[in-house]
This record gives sequence, C-alpha cells and structure tokens, in this order.
Amino acid sequence: MTTEPTVHDAIEMELVQKHASRPEVPETPTPVIQVEDVSVFYDDYQAVRDVTLDIGHNEITALIGPSGCGKSTILRSLNRMNDLIRGARVTGAIRYWGQDMYEPGVDPIEVRRRIGMVFQKPNPFPKSIYDNIAYGPRVTGMKVDDMDAHVERALTRAALWDEVKDKLKQSAYGLSGGQQQRLCIARTIAVEPDVILMDEPCASLDPIATLRIEELMAELRDLYTIVIVTHNMQQAARVADRTAFFTAAIDPQTGERHGELVEFDKTTTIFERPADPRTEGYISGRFG
Amino acid sequence: MALYTPQAAAADARRTVLTTSGRSRERTPRSLVFVVLLWFSLLVAFATLVALLVHTLVDGLPRLDGRLFSEYPSSRPEEAGARPAVLGSLWVIGTTAVLAVPLGVAAAVHLEEFADRDKWWNRLIEVNISNLSAVPAIIYGMLALGSLALLGVTQKNIVVGGAVALGMLILPVIIISTREALRAVPRELRDGSLAVGASDLQTTWRITLPAALPGIATGTILALSRALGEAAPLLLLGGLVFLSFDPNGLLSQFTTMPIQIFSWTSQPQAEFHTLAAAASILLMGILLLMNGTAIYIRNRSQKRW
Ligand SMILES: Nc1ncnc2c1ncn2[C@@H]1O[C@H](COP(=O)(O)OP(=O)(O)OP(=O)(O)O)[C@@H](O)[C@H]1O
Ligand SMILES: [Mg+2]
Repeated sequence: MTTEPTVHDAIEMELVQKHASRPEVPETPTPVIQVEDVSVFYDDYQAVRDVTLDIGHNEITALIGPSGCGKSTILRSLNRMNDLIRGARVTGAIRYWGQDMYEPGVDPIEVRRRIGMVFQKPNPFPKSIYDNIAYGPRVTGMKVDDMDAHVERALTRAALWDEVKDKLKQSAYGLSGGQQQRLCIARTIAVEPDVILMDEPCASLDPIATLRIEELMAELRDLYTIVIVTHNMQQAARVADRTAFFTAAIDPQTGERHGELVEFDKTTTIFERPADPRTEGYISGRFG
Repeated sequence: MALYTPQAAAADARRTVLTTSGRSRERTPRSLVFVVLLWFSLLVAFATLVALLVHTLVDGLPRLDGRLFSEYPSSRPEEAGARPAVLGSLWVIGTTAVLAVPLGVAAAVHLEEFADRDKWWNRLIEVNISNLSAVPAIIYGMLALGSLALLGVTQKNIVVGGAVALGMLILPVIIISTREALRAVPRELRDGSLAVGASDLQTTWRITLPAALPGIATGTILALSRALGEAAPLLLLGGLVFLSFDPNGLLSQFTTMPIQIFSWTSQPQAEFHTLAAAASILLMGILLLMNGTAIYIRNRSQKRW
C-alpha cells in the first residue's frame, strides 16, 4: 500500500519529463486524417454537427468534453466503426492521407486495418495471449516471417512483454485489467496500423495502470498517430499535443441537443489561453 | 416546533413501508394454504416420477443384460433383444445431427449476425421459427411422409426419411438455442475483432462462433436427446416393423428404441413387458447421459466476460 504513491509519482515524474523534452508542437498539424464539415446522424438525430479538424501525423490528439457531446461518435467515424451501428450515417468528408474514406469503393475493413481502435473496456479475445496478438496479422493476411518475433515485438512496444513472456500460451483473461488493456493495444499494434484510436482507454483502470498507459502512449507517439477520448483533464494535459474541446448545445429552433466542436488547438493553448469562454469554463471547472 | 414538511412526511412514509409491514414473513391462512398446495403439487410430480422409475427399474433390471444388445426381436421373449432398435436409433440420430445441426447453426448465424432485422421477411422468418418449435411432432412425420411420397419413394421407413422428420422437428430448437448462445457473446468481442481489420465472416468464424460453442453444444445435445425419445413421427413413417437385420445405410429400413418399447408393451405376454422396461432403462440412461453432458458443458463454460 505504502509503495503505491511512490511508484505512481515516479511514473508521473518520468512522464512529465518526457513531455517537457519533446520537440515543439508545430503550429499546424501535418494531417493524416482531415475531418471536414462532418456531421453524424443516428437515424434522424444529428448527434454531432459540422466538425472540422486535422489529426496530425505522429501526434497525440485528445478529444475532451462533457458526456454526450459526441466524442465517441466522432472517434468511431474516423475508422468507420460507425458502420456497425444501425442507423448511423456520416455526412461531410473524412480524408485519410487525402482520400475520402467514406467514398464508394473504399473497403471499411482496409480502413480499420490502418486505423485501429482500443476500447473503453479491455476486450481481449477468449484466446491465449499469443493468439490475441497473432489474430490481427493472421486475419488480415499480413506477411509475417516469424510470428513469434512479431508477437514479441508488439508486446514489447506495448510494454507488456516482460510481464507475460512466460505465459504466452495462457488465457488473456488471467491478466489484470491494466495488462488486458495493454494487450489490446499490443493487439492493435500487431497489424502495424498508421493511426490508433482510443476511446477512454483508462476509464476502467486504477491510477497506476492509467499512468502506464499514458507512458506507453508517449512512447508510441513517435511510431503512430494517436487519437484519444478522455474525461480526464490532466490526462489530456499530460499526453496530448493537440486537444479538441467538444460540447453539446441545444438548438433553439428544434430543442434538440447536438454535439459540436468548440475549439481545437495545441494542448498548451487550450489549457493556458483558451479562446472560447466555454472551453475556459469547462477546464477551470474541472481543475477546481 | 418545526413544520411537518412534505419531505418529512415522505420520509416517514418510506420508513413505514420499509419496516412495519413485515409481509415477507406473512402467514395468513390463505398464504399457508397456497404454500401447502405448492408443496403438494411438487410432491405429486416427484412421487409419480420416482414411482415410475422404481417400477421400471424393478421390472426391467432382470433383462438389462447382453442379450438386449446382441439379439434381434423374436416372438419368444427369452430370445428377444433390441439390437436393431439400438443401432437404428444411432443411425437415425446420427443422420439427424448431420442434417439438422449445420443447417440450424448456419440459419441462426445468418439471422443473428447478418440478416437485416428491419426487413419484413426476416421478421416473418423469426416469428415462424418460434411457432414451428411448438408444432406437434407428428406433423413433421406427416410432412416427411408427404415429401417422400412426392419423391416417389415407396419404402418410407428408411433412415434418411426418419432423420428428415426428426431433423425438421429439432431444427427450430437448434436455431433458437444457437441464436441465444450467439447473443450472449458480447458486442465488444466482435468490435475488437473488426477493429484490427477482420471481416464480418472472419469475426463470426473465429471469434463469435467459438465463443458461443458451449451454448450451441448444450442446445444441440438437448435437441438431439428430444429427437432420440421421439416415436410419433417415425411411427407414421412405418417404423413399427419387425426387423431381424441391422440397419446398414441411409436407405436401410430401421426401427428405434422408443418404437421397440412401444411394440413390446403392446404384446400380451408379461415377459415382453419386462423387455420393454429393460429397454426403457437403457433409453433413460442414454438421455440422462446426454442431458448430463449438456449441463456439464454449460456449467464449465460459465463465461468470464
Ligand atoms: N448507437 C447510438 N444510437 C443512437 N444514439 C446514439 C448512439 N450512440 C450515441 N448516441 C447519441 O449521440 C450523442 C453522442 O454520444 P457519444 O457516445 O458520442 O458521446 P460521448 O461524448 O462519447 O459521451 P461519453 O463521454 O459519455 O462517452 C448522445 O446524445 C448519444 O445519446
Ligand atoms: Mg464516449
């Protein structure tokens, strides 16, 4: 019990240093994904409207905002996971390296292979740790010469290798929640995606497991582009290069609530000099 | 003195509701009568079952021997056995499984994982499947009989004929239990698979179906055990025959254990009734084993998600 805060502090310290030592975030991102005037509907209900933002290459972008403002909705539309929800519809354009991913002829499976997703609740497959990692490469038909080495690499990148290397053949359900979540990250990494989307990946984890995931994100930033949805303001401030603040506003004409993007900027700007009073209010409310 | 506010009144009312009524321990004469009746019904059901079991055991045990398995039916009870019936049951149930299980599982996978629930024809199919599971078994016998007649088959009492009748009988059961097993697999597992770039088919095949397998196995075993005990549709096809050879193929004539039991009980000699009891014990033993296996699979796979 007594060691917990020190471990926590140590990791946090390291994270802060890592964050401080990283190169200056450029003024405008080199876009991997361009979200242009995107609205998402569930049947007739417009859940988010007119969102425009660029996801920068090898950056961590955080989506923050109150519950129900459409963060998950936007995130799911970035790799066409929305296709799986009946009645969901996307208007506007979402470009991946310039190509509209909602164009007819684009294969959503191909989109998801390049733009992977980690969910709020760890969802390992009921298989061994090894098979969880090997699953993606196998189903996508990736050319892997040495699967053992591939699995080891993915687990190492997800900072899980040392903890599981002696029990690769055991069920993934034997791992702790935090380990399971890192396994899910490793599973995503194993198909060598370009972008990793994470929807509140630490929501079900304790503070130490949370910091480990954050640390991991900071390390993965050089290899992947990461978009993370979080309710944890400090987390956004600690890991994200850029932050998008969403909120939900009631349309005076229809009386319906729609999510919208309020402000999108470098994290430092959002947290230190937000342009919009709503951003300021949200952030200061949370910081106390 | 403070005013007695509506909030305070509500709080008082809640307290009263929670503490004073004590209805959980109520013993009014009416509820006592009801409890006694419940126990009585249970007792009657249980006693009947025990009486039947004991009676059958006492009757049949003397003839539950090797001859039951090795001998053919005979007009002399001391020489008679159920060998063709046991083999016939195996043939028919095996064929039923081969016909109905893949079809039922595939239908369930389609309805649960791929079919668009908004389309009226899919909803129609769903409603009809539920209805079909309530159709009396003999109807399926008539259906099989009619189909065989349409195909111009004169000898209707053949293994495939029986298997088609029983297969249709248990198909709705298999579809329904498989759908339930699939529905119990969390959405998150499918999402996890799709999010690494697997196709719908790969996800179904490699994630959803394996995860649902224990549930599917349980439902299938229970369905097959129902088919095993069924006599009516097979009687209709002409299964009540006196066979002195082993069924040896899909087009072979056959009889099954329930039919053999039925046939022996309708004989006048008491020795045949003993034989019927012995065969009943065997049949019950097999059914118990199947249901036990189903329960074992279900309990062992109480899933962690
Ligand atoms: N599958 C769905 N069908 C219909 N409406 C939905 C669906 N998913 C979300 N919504 C609606 O869309 C709006 C945005 O939801 P979304 O889940 O994207 O919010 P969120 O910002 O992720 O919230 P939270 O922080 O609570 O996760 C909400 O009003 C929600 O009710
Ligand atoms: Mg959400």
